[in-house]
Amino acid sequence: MNIVVLVKQVPDTYSERKLADADHTLDRDSADAVLDEINERAVEEALQLQATHGGEVTVVCVGPDRATDAIRKALSMGADKAVHVSDAALHGSDAIATAKVLAKAVGTVEGVDLVLAGNEATDGRVGALPAMVAELLGLPALTHARKVEVDGSTVKVERETDEGVFFLEASLPAVISVNEKINEPRYPSFKGIMAAKKKPVSTLAIGDLGVDAGEVGLGGSWTQVTEAAPKPPRAAGQRVEDEGDGGVKVAEYLVGQKLI
Amino acid sequence: MPAERMLPTTEAEDLLSLVREICQQELAPHASNWEAESRFPREAFRVLGKSGLLGLPYPERWGGGEQPYEVYLQVLEEIAASWLTVAEGMSVHVMSCYALATFGTEQQRESWLPDMIGGELLGAYALSEPQAGSDPAGMTTRAVREGEDYVVNGTKAWITHAGVADFYTMMTKTGEDEVSCLLVPGNSEGLSAAPRERTMGLTSSPVAQLRLEGLRVPVGRRIGEEGSGLRIALSALDSGRLGIAACAVGLAQAALDEAVRYAKERKQFGKPIIQFQGMEFLLADMAAAVESARATYLEAARRRDRGLPFSRQASIAKLVATDAAMKVTTDAVQVLGGAGYTRDFPVERYMREAKVLQIFEGTNQIQRMVIARQLAR
Repeated sequence: MNIVVLVKQVPDTYSERKLADADHTLDRDSADAVLDEINERAVEEALQLQATHGGEVTVVCVGPDRATDAIRKALSMGADKAVHVSDAALHGSDAIATAKVLAKAVGTVEGVDLVLAGNEATDGRVGALPAMVAELLGLPALTHARKVEVDGSTVKVERETDEGVFFLEASLPAVISVNEKINEPRYPSFKGIMAAKKKPVSTLAIGDLGVDAGEVGLGGSWTQVTEAAPKPPRAAGQRVEDEGDGGVKVAEYLVGQKLI
Repeated sequence: MPAERMLPTTEAEDLLSLVREICQQELAPHASNWEAESRFPREAFRVLGKSGLLGLPYPERWGGGEQPYEVYLQVLEEIAASWLTVAEGMSVHVMSCYALATFGTEQQRESWLPDMIGGELLGAYALSEPQAGSDPAGMTTRAVREGEDYVVNGTKAWITHAGVADFYTMMTKTGEDEVSCLLVPGNSEGLSAAPRERTMGLTSSPVAQLRLEGLRVPVGRRIGEEGSGLRIALSALDSGRLGIAACAVGLAQAALDEAVRYAKERKQFGKPIIQFQGMEFLLADMAAAVESARATYLEAARRRDRGLPFSRQASIAKLVATDAAMKVTTDAVQVLGGAGYTRDFPVERYMREAKVLQIFEGTNQIQRMVIARQLAR
């Protein structure tokens, strides 16, 4: 079974993240860049499925040159090869533009049975990209999976949302996005790190995929960030002096806020 | 702020990122509690082993990482910055594989080395005795040949991983003035660990005497010729000293980071204390001590990697780095003031841990002796 995993390099959630003043795109120099944690889980799931069903695991990434670090991490975990789409024209692409490029990039991999992705990146948090890619590829989309089982040419997924758990089934090929409960990703081993540098990475520009520069980037995107403001710091709370009636005052406050 | 490093290869950079990730997720969150409870983190060594970190300096053909000391020691330093017990244990383990890797026969290495450096097993090194510390030739543990076995009797002292190790690289007398090296399985009959020493620091690390009472070791488990044990032990010392130097720099870096963090947050007289010159000079001296100690051990490591003599440089690195760790951890307590003296902050633990670095793997007085004797040549 051949599996493609869509991965994204994101600013480390531990570092201070900000947008560039000029065009409100990510200020990539301001933060350390890492393979998104949810993608590590997607790679882990692919490797576990591969251990049972065989085949190849290919990592597909759209991102600037330095995304090679994130790709190498996925390869050092055990993925077999990678496709990296890097092109200055992609700067500022929104989710739909990115999905178009990803769908074309997936198309360069032969005999794909399954496309795995994280359900939502920790930076943009659009959370719709896997479904967009599925739509563009004409494949079933099974999102927010906490469990994936492949049996022959069908795949069963436990889809978990705030409302409950759905038990879904689809025929392969399909696109699946995973949530944080799917697994605990492995650490790469040093052997994996050494092996990763010998694994094939095909680096493509959008021209190689037949994508026109006008369809992507800030200009080709349907949406654009026009302004951004950081979340204001939490306002100071209301102070209650305890003069023997502190409990009553706290209760009155909570009643006033309709919390009790 | 993590140490800024110049690493020789991309894979070394990826290796260091992996090590930082493991430190952040698996080691740092547990260090303070486990040290307070004197719990030995055996599982942490398995995590390191699974990622191939317990055999980094050994050849790939035996399952090692074939990394230069320049890289291996920086891995050790990062681990020490998160949890010294684990870094020291890793250094002991790596040194306990050295005799077999360097002096074993092809057949011996093929039989045991892949398992020893493969990550599942943990080693210990048994050289010191109650009456033979700085002077290892004074050991009294005796192995007597009986058929195809040695029968060993005696007591080893200050053994890190005593009672929990899967194998011991053990030095014992096999004649009046003759020391030999034996590779002893941890579950051997006649080998037992005394109750743990109640140490000032490194309280998670089990250190104890090892009792050898009628311990039978097959002659085939002797590493090197009969009588070559002291030479084997001495040849490992320089590399072991570099390991301790790297551990010391890691510990000092952790103390510096904590001191800087605190000095930025703590306000007195209306501003963060880091803005007072008294603090500035203290912190600057700490940073200078950390970075110069790092440069010193890396210089020695690069000499080792190029096959140049590095004995004097290793002793200088051990001396400079461990004295720096003592000074920097002590000053870190000073920066944190009363808070630093409490067990709510890690710096008092760092200070207790630093002390042993000046004592083991050759006391700093022995290091000065080694350095001075080379000068006198």
